[in-house]
Amino acid sequence: MSKKMHVKLKVNGKEEEFLAEPRELLIYTLRERLNITGPHIGCETSHCGACTVTIDGKSVKSCTMFAVQAEGSEITTIEGIGNPDDLHPLQTAFKEHHGLQCGYCTPGMITRATKLLEETPNPTEEEIRFGMAGNLCRCTGYQNIVKSIQAAAAEMNAAKEAAE
Amino acid sequence: MKDEVTREERVDNLKGLGCSRKRVEDARFTQGKGNYVDDIKLDGMLFGDFVRSPYAHARIKSVNSEPALKVPGVLAVLTADDLRPLGLHWMPTLAGDKQMVLADGKVLFQGQEVAFVVAEDRYAAADGIEAVEVEYEELPVLVNPHEALKSDVVLREDLVAEDGSLPDGAHGPRKHHNHIFTWEAGDREPTEEVLANADVVVEQEMYYHRTHPCPLETCGCVASMDKVNGKLTLWGTFQAPHAIRTVVSLISGIEEHNIRVVSPDIGGGFGNKVGAYPGYVCSVVASIVTGKPVKWIEDRMDNLMTTAFARDYHMTGKISATKEGKITALKCNVVADHGGFDACADPTKFPAGFMNICTGSYDIPTAFLEVDGVYTNKAPGGVSYRCSFRVTEAVYLIERMIEVLAIELNMDAAELRRINFIKKEQFPYKAALGWEYDSGDYHTAWDKALKTVDYAGLRAEQAQRVADFKAGKTRSIMGIGLSFFTEIVGAGPVKNCDILGLGMFDSCEIRIHPTGSAIARLGTISQGQGHATTFAQILASEIGLPADSITIEEGDTDTAPYGLGTYGSRSTPVAGAATAMAGRKIRAKAQMIAAYLLEVHDNDVEFDVDRFVVKGAPEKFKTMKEIAFAAYNQAIPGLEPGLEAVSYYDPPNMTYPFGAYVCVMDIDVDTGVTDIRRFYALDDCGTRINPMIIEGQVHGGLTEALAVALGQEIAYDKQGNVKTGTLMDFFLPTAWEVPNYETDFTVTPSPHHPIGAKGVGESPHVGGVPCFSNAVQDAFRPFGNKHTNMPHDHWRIWQMASKLGMHD
Ligand code: FES
Ligand code: FES
Repeated sequence: MSKKMHVKLKVNGKEEEFLAEPRELLIYTLRERLNITGPHIGCETSHCGACTVTIDGKSVKSCTMFAVQAEGSEITTIEGIGNPDDLHPLQTAFKEHHGLQCGYCTPGMITRATKLLEETPNPTEEEIRFGMAGNLCRCTGYQNIVKSIQAAAAEMNAAKEAAE
Repeated sequence: MKDEVTREERVDNLKGLGCSRKRVEDARFTQGKGNYVDDIKLDGMLFGDFVRSPYAHARIKSVNSEPALKVPGVLAVLTADDLRPLGLHWMPTLAGDKQMVLADGKVLFQGQEVAFVVAEDRYAAADGIEAVEVEYEELPVLVNPHEALKSDVVLREDLVAEDGSLPDGAHGPRKHHNHIFTWEAGDREPTEEVLANADVVVEQEMYYHRTHPCPLETCGCVASMDKVNGKLTLWGTFQAPHAIRTVVSLISGIEEHNIRVVSPDIGGGFGNKVGAYPGYVCSVVASIVTGKPVKWIEDRMDNLMTTAFARDYHMTGKISATKEGKITALKCNVVADHGGFDACADPTKFPAGFMNICTGSYDIPTAFLEVDGVYTNKAPGGVSYRCSFRVTEAVYLIERMIEVLAIELNMDAAELRRINFIKKEQFPYKAALGWEYDSGDYHTAWDKALKTVDYAGLRAEQAQRVADFKAGKTRSIMGIGLSFFTEIVGAGPVKNCDILGLGMFDSCEIRIHPTGSAIARLGTISQGQGHATTFAQILASEIGLPADSITIEEGDTDTAPYGLGTYGSRSTPVAGAATAMAGRKIRAKAQMIAAYLLEVHDNDVEFDVDRFVVKGAPEKFKTMKEIAFAAYNQAIPGLEPGLEAVSYYDPPNMTYPFGAYVCVMDIDVDTGVTDIRRFYALDDCGTRINPMIIEGQVHGGLTEALAVALGQEIAYDKQGNVKTGTLMDFFLPTAWEVPNYETDFTVTPSPHHPIGAKGVGESPHVGGVPCFSNAVQDAFRPFGNKHTNMPHDHWRIWQMASKLGMHD
């Protein structure tokens, strides 16, 4: 065990401050220390994407990063994406288009998809499939995930147009 | 009063059978509010993890846990010696064998559990694991079951008597010290006679490689022994919570009423979460020892290396036919690699599962099957990975044999299937290997599939491609993969299906609340299949209350009625039937209440969607909502108050879903890269409960089939090292590799199921694997390929092309 380090970061808008060993993985910090259990663990080797969160505007697999490396950053997890009274269009679309089954990949999927749609507001199917390839799903075969993301994109674009 | 709502609207309002109802589970999952086992946190909870063997076969000379106990945060280390006084160092398997919980003197596979370190958190547990000192003495390793059957090396000394003789195993006599069982079905001599005298005979060896269900969530549990009240609670990733409770009770001696097993949300199962694993036993013991709750969660490597492999069947098929292609006999021999312990999850009387469905969808008059189970230095398991027991293996065998026979006869494989299908009028059909197929209409499904894909056009295109390839105009070839499968699901009738002596019925208990909503509890457990959505739909149609007003609850043994759980597509055929039957009991009582309220005789009212109406006077009725209230506020002579029912359903037969799949694939012979251009899947699962969910199941099952056929495997080297222990090496397709699937259906209801449903979750996997494999093999057929083993990854396809001289 090595010396603990001071870490300060923001998760879903809330300041968090704690002492952590340098080896503590961010996913562990989120799930065990901060009780944010939306991001899941499917591999801990950066392959499955179940642990995906957004850090300072980028999609990151939180099993790939130490908490100390996230010092000073702003993190968004699925818990910060929408709430029961104000769901994100992706959350609605995944339900509407049967984009999930066991739900284990879903928080990571949706979190990743929010970034994908920010980067590419009007993605082709190919762009979606490529952009989501870091997130594994064992249940759905992806077809309805693609559909859900397409539907959310259309919805968000329509809302944007209406606002303009 | 005039009823303003039309009958059609009343039907729609129920969201019952046939409605693509959106899933009620999704709200929590899309908001990160699922409750999976690793999300459970209890006061003072500890974390346990295993010291695992780096060797595949070794004697354990010593285990020294002292250094680990000095590691900060480590509270206890359990070894076999600690479990022995409790009789828990070994545990029974589902297959009638026993398995070491912690290594007792030796290890039999890489990754085997040697000691259990209990610590304050995961990091401390990992430190503790590092510090445990184990001295091993390596022993010769057997990874090939054919060699194991000849080897002097004894894997299981515990199964050899002192005088060197071999006591019978759970399934009869054993031929060799590494032999587990021989299981036969059908008639050997008549089959051999037909084969010997046939016009045409082909024999083909094929290896169905070892793979793994690999759900995204690994296995795990939290055990909490409440010493004050003497109650043990065990949360875990259990596909069969009641069976786990019974097993825990039997091996721990804790009375069953003092054990509560809970399956919370489960992140996919696919067969991985059926078995009982050492982690469960160790967590329970550790909780008893420490007096604190103990959590154990596998990491991905543990998962792939130790819990529940699938397949690993070395199969030889022999098939005969007339010159015209009418099949006359099938013989199949299997050498089944079961690993170090026989922990297959099959019904007791079926050590090779339902492998005897290997005559497939064809009218084959004579057949014989022989399966030999063998011990090797590999992980135990042998689960049904998204299929009913060994049905994927069976269907792969027959669907490859058909293709091989077509080559021998120089016939079109689609036509060969057609002329051998069991005909609609032959159902119920008694197959040569014993099963009675309940229903089917194979020709209609096949014709619809071939017509939709323009089969003739595809063959013409393929012929042109072959010509172009030979003329040097292209380096791409084209394969048309066909498969027609019959599944056998819904295990099963108690007369021949049990696990550990527990009959494979299932159950449903319904309570109707006074204001016309309801809760129903079942003995099954969803792992993503959407039970909370679909079972409510079955019930809605049966009892006339909207699905949206019905809560479905599963997975808590303190509240749910006893059932054997969810695997082998048994939920709809068995628990779905129990749900319908319990619903009918509710309806029967509701009828009496309605008659009383309407002041007519019981027989003078009839059920109509959501109400009972007086026959011939539709304006006189009582809705189910009104009846529910009356059940609680009226003193009805001769009737108890309340409106509840429970049904335990013992299915009279299995159900037999079927389907017709076509895959069109382009293959680059220089890179081995496959491109799935089209995949058409027609499924007949009988009555369709929720088309949206059926479609989702088909997409998912096909994707798992694609994985298995095109790359996914658990591979070992000669020393018994697992070569595919991470998701880097173990192939899980991403969105990028997966095509869009076209789904289609026919409906042939099961005649013996109360609502005619057959189950669908596993069909696409069963039918999909041979379809993808056949597409690859068909592409190479014009160049001389007869059979090549899966998985067909790019490298192996490149090798196929090379072997056939296509790179010259
Ligand atoms: S858990 Fe982080 S990528 Fe799998
Ligand atoms: S929904 Fe189960 S892993 Fe994606």
